[in-house]
Amino acid sequence: MNDILQLENVTMQFGGVVAVNNLSMHVGEGEIVALIGPNGAGKTTAFNCITGVYEPTNGRILYKGKPVIVNHPSGKMKRNYAGLCANDYAEERVLSPTPDEITKMGIARTFQNIRLFKSMTVFENVLTAMHVRAKANVFSSVFRLSWKEERKMAEDTEKLLAEQGLLAHRDDRATSLPYGLQRRLEIARALATRPSLLLLDEPAAGMNPQETQELAQFIREIKEKYKLTVLMIEHHMDLVMRISDRIYVLDFGSLIAEGTPEEIQNDQRVIDAYLGVAEDV
Amino acid sequence: MNREKRNHLIRLFVAIAAVYLAVIILEMTLRPTSILFTVLRKGAIYSLVAVSMNLLNGFTGLFSLGQAGFMLLGAYTYAIFTIPADVKASDRVYRYYDCIIGFDTGALAGLIAAGLVAALFAFLIGLPVLRLKSDYLAIATLGFAEIIRAIFQWDVLGPVTNGANLLREYKDLSRITLPFTDIPFPPTLFVFIVAGISILLIVLLINSSYGRAFKAIRDDETAAEAMGINLFRHKELAFVISSFFAGVSGALLAAFQYTVQAQQFESMMTYEILLIVVIGGIGSISGSCIASFLYIALSEWWLRGLDMGKFLGIAAPDLFRSGFRKLVFSVIIMIIVLFFSRGIMGDKELSYARFISWIKGFGKKKKKGAAA
Amino acid sequence: MVEFFHHNLSYFLSGISVGGQYALIAIGYTMVYGILRLINFAHGDVFMCAGLMMVYLSASLPFVISVPLVLVLTVVLGFIIERVAYRPLRSAPRMSVMISAIGVSYLLQNAALYFTGGLAKVYPEIPFLSSSVTIWGATTRVVTIVTPFLTVILVVLLSLLIKHTKIGMAMRAVSRDFETSQLMGIKINRVISITFMIGSLLAAVASFLYFTNYASVTPSSGAMPGLKAFVAAVFGGIGSIPGAVIGAFIIGICENIIKGGASIFGIPGSGWTTFSDAFTFAFLIVVLVVKPTGLFGEKSVDKV
Repeated sequence: MNDILQLENVTMQFGGVVAVNNLSMHVGEGEIVALIGPNGAGKTTAFNCITGVYEPTNGRILYKGKPVIVNHPSGKMKRNYAGLCANDYAEERVLSPTPDEITKMGIARTFQNIRLFKSMTVFENVLTAMHVRAKANVFSSVFRLSWKEERKMAEDTEKLLAEQGLLAHRDDRATSLPYGLQRRLEIARALATRPSLLLLDEPAAGMNPQETQELAQFIREIKEKYKLTVLMIEHHMDLVMRISDRIYVLDFGSLIAEGTPEEIQNDQRVIDAYLGVAEDV
Repeated sequence: MNREKRNHLIRLFVAIAAVYLAVIILEMTLRPTSILFTVLRKGAIYSLVAVSMNLLNGFTGLFSLGQAGFMLLGAYTYAIFTIPADVKASDRVYRYYDCIIGFDTGALAGLIAAGLVAALFAFLIGLPVLRLKSDYLAIATLGFAEIIRAIFQWDVLGPVTNGANLLREYKDLSRITLPFTDIPFPPTLFVFIVAGISILLIVLLINSSYGRAFKAIRDDETAAEAMGINLFRHKELAFVISSFFAGVSGALLAAFQYTVQAQQFESMMTYEILLIVVIGGIGSISGSCIASFLYIALSEWWLRGLDMGKFLGIAAPDLFRSGFRKLVFSVIIMIIVLFFSRGIMGDKELSYARFISWIKGFGKKKKKGAAA
Repeated sequence: MVEFFHHNLSYFLSGISVGGQYALIAIGYTMVYGILRLINFAHGDVFMCAGLMMVYLSASLPFVISVPLVLVLTVVLGFIIERVAYRPLRSAPRMSVMISAIGVSYLLQNAALYFTGGLAKVYPEIPFLSSSVTIWGATTRVVTIVTPFLTVILVVLLSLLIKHTKIGMAMRAVSRDFETSQLMGIKINRVISITFMIGSLLAAVASFLYFTNYASVTPSSGAMPGLKAFVAAVFGGIGSIPGAVIGAFIIGICENIIKGGASIFGIPGSGWTTFSDAFTFAFLIVVLVVKPTGLFGEKSVDKV
């Protein structure tokens, strides 16, 4: 199995705070991998590094075997750097693509606190995400020379909405949808950019057990249908244990365990991280 | 295309055709010095610049205050391009300087050049500024507008800009002719055609894939970026296009005024345009147009008396003296900004259905009032 | 070198003086931005109004009364503007508040236009400030010498106020985190009102100094100094008071050296004031590109 995503010694330091410390992980093609850990463990920061929102302080990220993000401490950070492997990437060319470039490569994401386009309808939200794959330039777009492409985009959007069961809400304002559907719409919108790798940031947050169960089914379905690889952050352990192939556990920015759901469930360090170590025994 | 949409388009087309027909009829019947023409021409010019500002502030979420500066660039470019070469060589316009621009062009080329020069400057300013938070854009564009106004009056640039003196004898509305003939172009119609085509292009842009990307940036920059929209490139695009049309409207204003001087393009002018956009509704094209005509009609026509000593039959020359109209205006505007911040149209567009329901609602309100 | 310095002393002196005046205005911008994240477009016009008030009041009142009266009235003006135009929009989007600020600016300029009839008003000669003095052979006005000292004294007083008093602590808390400080029981509205009043007071002081030098007030007199003071605030790192002061002095000095430089080197053209204005703008762009956070500004990371 080929790795679609590899993180090598990724460290993210804000001032004196090391939010992600020397994180190395890999995600194989077609896998569902979960990233778990207590609040503030650095999971979302790791996501933000992968998607180009933050520029990691040190380390390398490869996508489909090619380095896409590379950095090493420089300037003021050179003196204050508190992580490891500072010199490993010093010789390499720094790569720091913007989030939209990452999306164009084929990595799409959702957000922990839902970020839909507020003023737009459900249909427009998904249609907007198709813009990234459109080839028309401004002129042909304004003068409608690219109407064929526009029509194709609209048709694809309809199809996607139908598949996600959102077609009934086609012309509703996105923010007027119930919470569960808003999450689903965010996933649909991410799919519209035609990703190979989908990053889900707490997709089950705020859902009840019934909805969570449906979500598990849904994630499996879209993974098969669109031949996706899924990396997700999640707190609902039953969801994580049910659908993940492998799990990484972060605590205070560092990786403390990795393995299959069974291995993780029985890992003493993970239990300690979640429940705290009993000191006075 | 479904029926509803087609009907909407047909109604829109009929309405627009009716407006143009009305302009042609008025132009043939009324005497050319009628105040109505001033209102129509200036209203159309302000519509264009208000819509161009709305493209930035309302649809892309960028707070720019450079409109007057870009209009100035457009006005000067148009004037300098279209002053006939022999006039430039004589001392009729360039009395204190030797004009170094030896060629002249027609009105259409002048208009396009006006837009392009404004767009070029916008591109250059946008490069550093659009990468920053939008507050900085506001102050940088405001600063740019003030500086460009000062620079155009600088005597070192006199051979191009004629220094602080005014430019005239260019292709103003009375000198524009029908193509390949000497027959004068009906002036109001000319303004309406140029402004109309420009606004149409902006509407087409807003409803295209790029327009949706602009709105996505306005709604949520982070999400837009995660959907693969390059923030900088799209902001720059919106900024350059908006400035292009601000330049064109500046050229039209120059043509409308017969003379042009850098002095008039103050920051107050930008403020006025912004306030027109707010009155019309941020994010509504038809709102901007309605507000422009309303604003111009009020200030040039209906409220004139406030400056002239007599208003609604009340004569009070001490109170109603020069400047009172603008004072009343600014108070009205503050009331709108504070209490009716959605403006006339909110972020909706004028449509037949909305118009009908508005009329009905109006009737109901009246009935209710009568009953009470 | 000494010769050169001596020859152009007056340019340096007036540079420092103008810098001090910009600094006093810039503090108003930077404090309001620090707390409300609002560019108070009306601030330059408040400064202009203070100038006009002085013109009208001094016509009928002695300076002993008119000077304090202008200070008080300007403070009241600042308070009213905040109360009427900004407070109702506290929970509105930031763009609405900025538009309201522009509306106020438009209103003040139009009011000034109405009352003055669009004519430039001659600023009264304030005794002592307007008198001439000769330093090292350069003749200048007392105001030029007084300004930097007065500025420094006021800034020190302000820093003491912010560091050591309860209201100062509240200001710092509010600028750090608006919502949390509200939850901690700080009376936000009071803090904001006081911030606007301090800003207006300093603008009024600046108006005495500035217009004594320029001798006339027009409705648009506030625009350029306001813009430059804002550039100074950005340069110093918006939200930082020492930054604004240092930025203002640098801009004031540079601008006067450019004006002086042109005449020294015999470059043709009379509009070098224009060029120095353009310089300020170019300066803003360079600062924004090289160091968007300014000299003393803090970098903030947006939360995703």
